Amino acid sequence: MRKLIVLLTALISGLVFGFGLILSGMVNPAIVLAFLDIAGQWNPSLLWVMGGAVAVSAVAFFIARRRSTSFLGLPVNVPTSRVIDKRLLLGSFLFGAGWGTAGFCPGPALVMAGAGSEKAILFVIAMLAGMLLFEIAGHARNGGAAS
Amino acid sequence: MNIEQTITEIDIPWLALAGGMLIGLATTLFLLANGRIAGISGIVGGIVSGLLHLSWRDLDWRLAFVAGLIVSTLVWRQFFSLPDVQIQASDMMLVVAGVLVGFGTRLGSGCTSGHGVCGMARLSPRSIVATLMFMSTGFAAVYLLRHVIV
Repeated sequence: MRKLIVLLTALISGLVFGFGLILSGMVNPAIVLAFLDIAGQWNPSLLWVMGGAVAVSAVAFFIARRRSTSFLGLPVNVPTSRVIDKRLLLGSFLFGAGWGTAGFCPGPALVMAGAGSEKAILFVIAMLAGMLLFEIAGHARNGGAAS
Repeated sequence: MNIEQTITEIDIPWLALAGGMLIGLATTLFLLANGRIAGISGIVGGIVSGLLHLSWRDLDWRLAFVAGLIVSTLVWRQFFSLPDVQIQASDMMLVVAGVLVGFGTRLGSGCTSGHGVCGMARLSPRSIVATLMFMSTGFAAVYLLRHVIV
């Protein structure tokens, strides 16, 4: 029974996240690119989206910090690493380059792929290939140990 | 009348703000109910990794979250109209961008949701650096593609 509720809350979280991306306009790469285009007709909406999301989430993390388990009795998994390494910098560098090229990041691309957009589906397939490439590269580098 | 004028002057994009708060609501539910960070690249990457290594642990809730994202427009359409979406990038650019986003978010352990929203919300130094980095290269990529290589 709890297992089912966990899956249901995961589904609803994804659904509400998608609603937020639709309502905010972030599913539209043109709006995202207009934010990233400081030399053009700059559209600041992405900042308001992030501001709203960060403000609400900050309350959640404040509550979560006082608890060792979630309301469904699961462990609270919050990353603890504070190391700023080459992986973090290079990975974010590459992600930003791709984000600025298409105007898609993973969430909006999945939402638009679900809407049946062929271009979004193409992007998602390439994104999954990139993730697979990372798994294979990491696997090879670690000499077969799971990363 | 005065209030209306003030609102017009500040010019807050209300839908953007409300949409952002809805995203915050989703991360809140996921964190407080499931004890997880709603980082989309991590969730999707975990599915790819799980399938590759034939490990089914954590696959169910990851798939449930992604399913929620994928069906969101179908549910939304029952009540409201979908906004117009313009995807200007060519197919070639979409493929290159997709690979960069997939590989980069896994190497950097997060994307706009994991680092940009969840990480910033808990003031994680790693996420602040990551967000500044991907925003910078995002700005640079658009500048190059729109104003240098025309």
